[in-house]
Parts: sequence; structure tokens; C-alpha cells
Amino acid sequence: MSFAWVTLDTVSSPVIVASDLVKRYGEVVAVGGVSFEVAPGESFGLLGPNGAGKSTTMRMIGAVSTRTSGRLEILGLDPDRYGPEIRSQLGVVPQSDNLDEELRVRENLLVYGRYFGMTRAHVSGRADELLAFAQLQDKAKAKVTDLSGGMKRRLTIARGLMNDPRILLLDEPTTGLDPQARHILWDRLFRLKEQGTTLVLTTHYMDEAEQLCDRLVVVDKGAIMAEGSPSSLIRRYSSREVLELRFGADRNAEMADRLRDAGDRVEALPDRVLVYTADGEGELARLTDAGMRPITSLVRRSSLEDVFLRLTGRSLIE
Amino acid sequence: MTALDAAPGEQLRRVAARPRRFGAWYVAEHRLRVMRSYVSTVLIGAVGTPLLYLFAMGVGLGALVSANLGPHAVDGVSYLRFVAPALLCTAAVTVASEEFTYPVMLGFKWNPTFVGISSSPVSPGQIIDGMVIAVVIRLVATSAVYWLFMLLFGATPSGAAALSVLIATLVGLAFGAPVMAYVATLTSDSGQIAMLMRFVLLPLTLFSGTFFPLTLMPVYLQWIGWLSPIWHGTQLARIVSYGAREPAWLIAVHVLYLLALFVSGWLLARRIAKGRLYS
Amino acid sequence: MSGLDGEAPLRPRTSRRAAGSLYAGNARSVVYRGWLATKSTNWLVVVSGVFEPVFYLLSLGVGLGGLVGQVTAGDGQRIPYAAFIAPALLATAAMNGAVYDSTWNVFFKIRFARLYEGMLATSLGPVDVAVGEISLALLRGAGYAIAFMIVMQLVGLNLSWWALLGLPAVLLVAFAFASLGMGITSYMRSFQQMDIINFVMLPMFLLSATFYPLTVYPPPIQVVIQALPLWQSVELVRSLTTGSVSAGILWHVLYLVAMAALGMTVTTRRLRALFLD
Repeated sequence: MSFAWVTLDTVSSPVIVASDLVKRYGEVVAVGGVSFEVAPGESFGLLGPNGAGKSTTMRMIGAVSTRTSGRLEILGLDPDRYGPEIRSQLGVVPQSDNLDEELRVRENLLVYGRYFGMTRAHVSGRADELLAFAQLQDKAKAKVTDLSGGMKRRLTIARGLMNDPRILLLDEPTTGLDPQARHILWDRLFRLKEQGTTLVLTTHYMDEAEQLCDRLVVVDKGAIMAEGSPSSLIRRYSSREVLELRFGADRNAEMADRLRDAGDRVEALPDRVLVYTADGEGELARLTDAGMRPITSLVRRSSLEDVFLRLTGRSLIE
Repeated sequence: MTALDAAPGEQLRRVAARPRRFGAWYVAEHRLRVMRSYVSTVLIGAVGTPLLYLFAMGVGLGALVSANLGPHAVDGVSYLRFVAPALLCTAAVTVASEEFTYPVMLGFKWNPTFVGISSSPVSPGQIIDGMVIAVVIRLVATSAVYWLFMLLFGATPSGAAALSVLIATLVGLAFGAPVMAYVATLTSDSGQIAMLMRFVLLPLTLFSGTFFPLTLMPVYLQWIGWLSPIWHGTQLARIVSYGAREPAWLIAVHVLYLLALFVSGWLLARRIAKGRLYS
Repeated sequence: MSGLDGEAPLRPRTSRRAAGSLYAGNARSVVYRGWLATKSTNWLVVVSGVFEPVFYLLSLGVGLGGLVGQVTAGDGQRIPYAAFIAPALLATAAMNGAVYDSTWNVFFKIRFARLYEGMLATSLGPVDVAVGEISLALLRGAGYAIAFMIVMQLVGLNLSWWALLGLPAVLLVAFAFASLGMGITSYMRSFQQMDIINFVMLPMFLLSATFYPLTVYPPPIQVVIQALPLWQSVELVRSLTTGSVSAGILWHVLYLVAMAALGMTVTTRRLRALFLD
């Protein structure tokens, strides 16, 4: 009888398939026809600025927002028809924490596990495991409101893992956290990745995308601008190194004009001039010889920020 | 396009079957756990309210009324017996107005736990159902305590009069479910809830034949009683508690009106929750 | 930014402060701020509070009055039930208005909005804040009371010219409750504790000879009721509006003055301890 059902465990068939996915709110187009696939065990990122349509896409994948048109399959199922089945396999970490502040830390995990139909005994054991994973054992009885931002986010991730999900959706997982808290969080997410959990995350931080994503799509204004691994995107849309020059706010534009032919390409930003080149130090030496005197100069590796700038002409964080 | 028609496999259907079936109970379990964090307020309210009101209104005011009109002056019984069913229903409405306002506002907006729950297999409709279940539990419990105090004060006979507990619960729901639907539509509270308490709850409490028969009100104010679930419920509670006389058609109106308010408010709240959480 | 550090108030720790410049004579600015805040946020809720006692009067005075008939007032005269409860509702209105503004509002400002930290970082002292906030609460209580007194006058429930003195009496009631309310609130730490205020207010409202004379109670309970501030307030106001005035009402005045003084002292000390020491 099982042949009547398309089984889910077909080897390496994608866990998420979106094609021409559209979401409109009245006249406003939040997502304007995106297509992508996510393979099991993959770590997939949606990179883009605020308002690009990332969160809306995530809500549709999370089966809590119905698409306007296009095709969407999660684990081979249509989210409009099989919402509960799909959500039973997802872990969701929303952009803003919605932990229950009227309950204690461990209680948050207990009640959430119950929502997946887990037994009380099972929920209890799982909660302890995940408190350890989230490094929150000694906070089990603490009030949620007394946790730091990073702890709250780790608790939200632990909550999202209660049902041992096949896909973990993370919406801006480290936005608003300090650098140390971000690194702790990345470390935890890395472990999940190693264990084979499929991660889908949105971010507007390129360092985060570079750290966590095997593959990503760059989204802007509801559409996909480019797709690939972080390194291939950088290779394709940027140079190996970037020379950042500051001439002072009044002179950047003027100097950019004079630098027009330097390196492979030049971008003028309000606060600095970027020179894309394979050899940053060499380029700097050439410019210094030519009599250019920047106030500060910096040579760095190209990043996804540069990819985004190239693709859209805009900065990721405005 | 075969995949679009794909149905979930056996195992997946089994995993989702429990939340599909019991989701509302999990939400209720969650709510009861939250209530534990203010259990002292609940307990003090459950014990203090009947003590206070039965004493102040039933005994204190009763003494004045009896002094004026004799011991069986109101509806053929003592003032205490007359007012007690009304106080019981009013207490249920007060509890419902607590549970169906701020917790709902909290869940949708201030501390959006409903958004969190809707990422699980549990649906928005089940969230509303769970809220209702939890409130029913609290209503039955507080009304039962109230009724025991009525018994203690000699304000009600025992036996079938215990039905008052269920009537009071229904009154609480008939008032609370529409309130929940309204609150579910609020995206911010700039005093709407306070206004609701002041211009709906308070007049309903005061003008619903609670402290005196509705017929003693000037005619131009009696319509408030007819709209009020408190009046309809109180009349029912008076019938089971001391055999107040009402025509059969009016009894049917009382029951149907209460049920209609409850069910329509409940269904509306489910719909609003779905629209809000699955946008 | 790790939250707490970023929000730490910049407060001067100069010896001048420690020596205690408690009052800068500028409570007006605190009142002004409260007025602006009310105007821009919840004025409808505040204004509509006037209707509460009117609803009670309409329901109980008219409806219940039909069952109760006449009641014996303090000096033995028989008065209509509505005239008996109206002054009690008046005193309660003053209490409610004053208590709401001096408890819940103040609680939010101390614990959440951290408004006072900001205020005390300026030249304002704790007494400015206390006087300002208490004045606001008093204004609200007085506003309710005056509106209700006009209603009483319109429906003929002021039985004597003494009722004119009811106005300052009601101001005193509001002042006493506002200052004590703020003093108590400054000790409160959580919402649960704030619930205690409700648990005290409601019984006081129902039991303080508001709806029936004190004589309904057995003598030992009478003494307990007489110790309640609302009973003192109700008796004072009722004597004036019904015209059964004797020198004895000065005791009520004394009680309320003492209560106000106690509240002011506690509030000032607490604000100083919370924010300046």
C-alpha cells in the first residue's frame, strides 16, 4: 500500500523546492517570483537587505503564510494542504524572540515540545539535552526576561530543536547580538550542520553567510540576483582583494573620479572609495607612487558585501 | 507536477496526527501552566470575591432591604437568595473578562507566544480553542468555589441548584468569547480594553437585574438587561436556585441567547486568529 | 551594547546632592509633563472615568433605592437611599482617581519607563517629583469628584449648603490617598505585588459603609471599618452633603491630614533612597 504515497526518504531529492514563488499583500509584492531548491543536509542562505522579502519567503517555507502563486514543496508536500505535517518536521527560530515570558526557561521547552505531540516524559528528557546543547543548564529555572539577548536566542534555537526537526529555519539568527554572543551561536549552529540538520537561514550579515552557508541566494526587492557558494559568488562578482581608501568625506567622490582606472573596478561610497584588485598591496604602492595621499588605507579580502554592492549598487546595511 | 498531489507518508501522518487531534489541549495545558504563575491572585480572587460580595451585598444590603420590605420581599425570597445567583454570574464574567483580554493581547502582540505556537503543527483555531478550554476550567473551578460559599451563607439550597455553576460558566463564555474576538483584532491597546471594561462590563454588571429586579429599572434602561448575558444567565440561575418563575419561551430565549453569543464569538475569534497568524 | 550598561543613568554624585537639595521648587514641571503625557495618550480613558460613579448612582440609587426606601443618616434624619450612597460614591471617585494615578502610573514610571531617573538627573529633587506626581493624582481625583458633585446637584442629592464644603473635603481625600498611594507604590517590585492594591481597594469600597449604614455590622467589626481611610472619607463627605454636621467631623479631617503627611514623608524618603543614595 505504501506505493500509493510518494515517500519522503527518496535519496537526495530536495527537501525544499520553490519555483516562481510569489507573495503579494494587496498591491505590494513582497516576493516576486523566486525559484530555488534546498538539498537534504545542506546549509542554505538567503542574503539581502531589510525588506528584500527574506522573512516572507521564510514564513511561506514555514507553512504559516500562503503563497499567492507559484509552486512550493516542503519535504515533497504542499504547505497549503499539509501545514501540520510539514511544521511537525520544522524547527523555527523567528527574527524576534517570542519565548513565553510568563514561564521559566525550561518550561518554555516543555510546553513547546508538547505542541508536537511528544509525551511528557519524552519532552522532559529532550529539554534537558537541549539546555545542555544551548549551554543554559544553570539557567533552567531562570525567568526568560532575565536572560541576555544571546541566551534568549540560544533558548529559541533549543525550542526549535525540541521536535528533532529535519529542517531548521533561522530568520536573522544573530541580528542584535554582540560579537561574542554571535560566535557562541555560530558554533552551536555549526554543530547542527555537522550532525546533518538542514539549515535555511536569512541574514544581512555577509560574515554570517560566509561562516554558515554552503550555498546562498542574494535577494533584493523580492527577486534573486545571484546564486552560488559564498566563494564562487565572490569569485564571480568581485576581485580577490579590496583596497579601501579614505580621503575625508568631502574628497571621496572627487578622488574616486581620479582613481577611475585603478584596479579592476572602483566603487565610490560616501565614506570611502573601494578599489577592486587581485593585489591590494601592489595597487596601493602604485597609487602612492602616483602621488595619492589617502588619510587611511586598508587591504582586505573580498566579501559578500562586495558581491551585493556589485549586484545592486547598494550597500547591504544602510 | 506529480509532486503537488503528493500526500504525506504513513510515518509523517502519524507524527502530525496527535497535534492535529489534541493541539487545543496542549494550548490549554500551556495556559494552565501560565496561570500557575499568578495562582495566588486566582486563589485570593476565588475565595475573596464570594466572601466579600455575599457579605457586603447579600448580608449588609440585605439587612436594609429586609428592614424596609420584610424578609421575603424580593421575588418572593430574601434579598440574599435573590442577589446571590447574580453575584455568581457577575463573578464568572469578571474572570472571563480577565482571561479573554490581556492574555489574548499578550499572545498576539506584547509577548507573541501565539506566533511561536503557530510555527508548530498546532493551528490558530486550536490556539483559540485552547484558550477557551483553559478558561472553562478556571470558570468551573471558581464558580464551584463561589457556589460552596453561597451554600455556606445559606444563599442557595443544595442539589439541583448546583447547576448554577454550569450556568455561570456559560455566562462567562457568552461574555468572554465575543470580547476575545474583539481583542484579537487589536493591533495596539491605546485604552480600548479599559474602555470596554468601563462602558460594557460595568453597565452590564449594574443594569442587568443583578441587585434588583430588572423591572425596577426605568423602561428606557431595561434594554441593557435584554442585551446582557449577565441578565439572561442570572435569571436561569435564579430558576434553578430558588425556583423563580419564568415562562418557558423566555427560558428558551435565555439559553439560546447565551449559546449564540458564545458560539459566534468563538468562531469569529478562530477566524480572526487564522487571518492574523497565517497572513 | 549590552543593555544595562548602555542604559545606566548619568546621575551626579556630588556632595551637594548628597547633602540633600531635596526640593528645587519646580514641581510644576513634573505636573506639566504628566499633563502632556495624558493629553497625548490616554485622555479618553482618564476623562471617561467620570462615568463610573454615575453608573453606580443610576443603578443603585434608582433601582436599588426602590427596594431600600429611606435610610437613617448620622443625625437621625431619614434620607432617600440615593442621597445616602451619593456622597460615598463621591469620596470613592476621589479615592479611585487619586489611587490610580499614584499607584499604577507611578509603578510604571519607576520600574519600566525609568522616568524618575531622568528627572532626578536634572535640577529636580525628590520632593519636586513627589509633589508633582501627587498633584497630578490629586487633580484627577478632584476632577472626578467635581464632575460627580455637579451631577449630584443636578439630581438634587446635595441636601444642604454645607455641601459646598464637600469640595475642599474631597480634595483632602484625594490628597491623602494620592500621597499614601505613591508612598506604598515605591516599595512595590512586581505586578503581583501591585495586585495587592486591588485586593485592598475593592473590599474597602464595598465595606466602608458605602451602601449601608455602619450599624449593620456588629460592634467589633464597626471598629475595624472605622479605622479604614475610606470610611473616614465617606463619613466626612456624607456629613457635609447631607447637612448633618457636628464638630466630630474634625476627627475625620485630622485622620486624613495625618495620612497625607505620612504619605508625603514616606514618598520623599523612598524616592531619595531609590534614586539618589
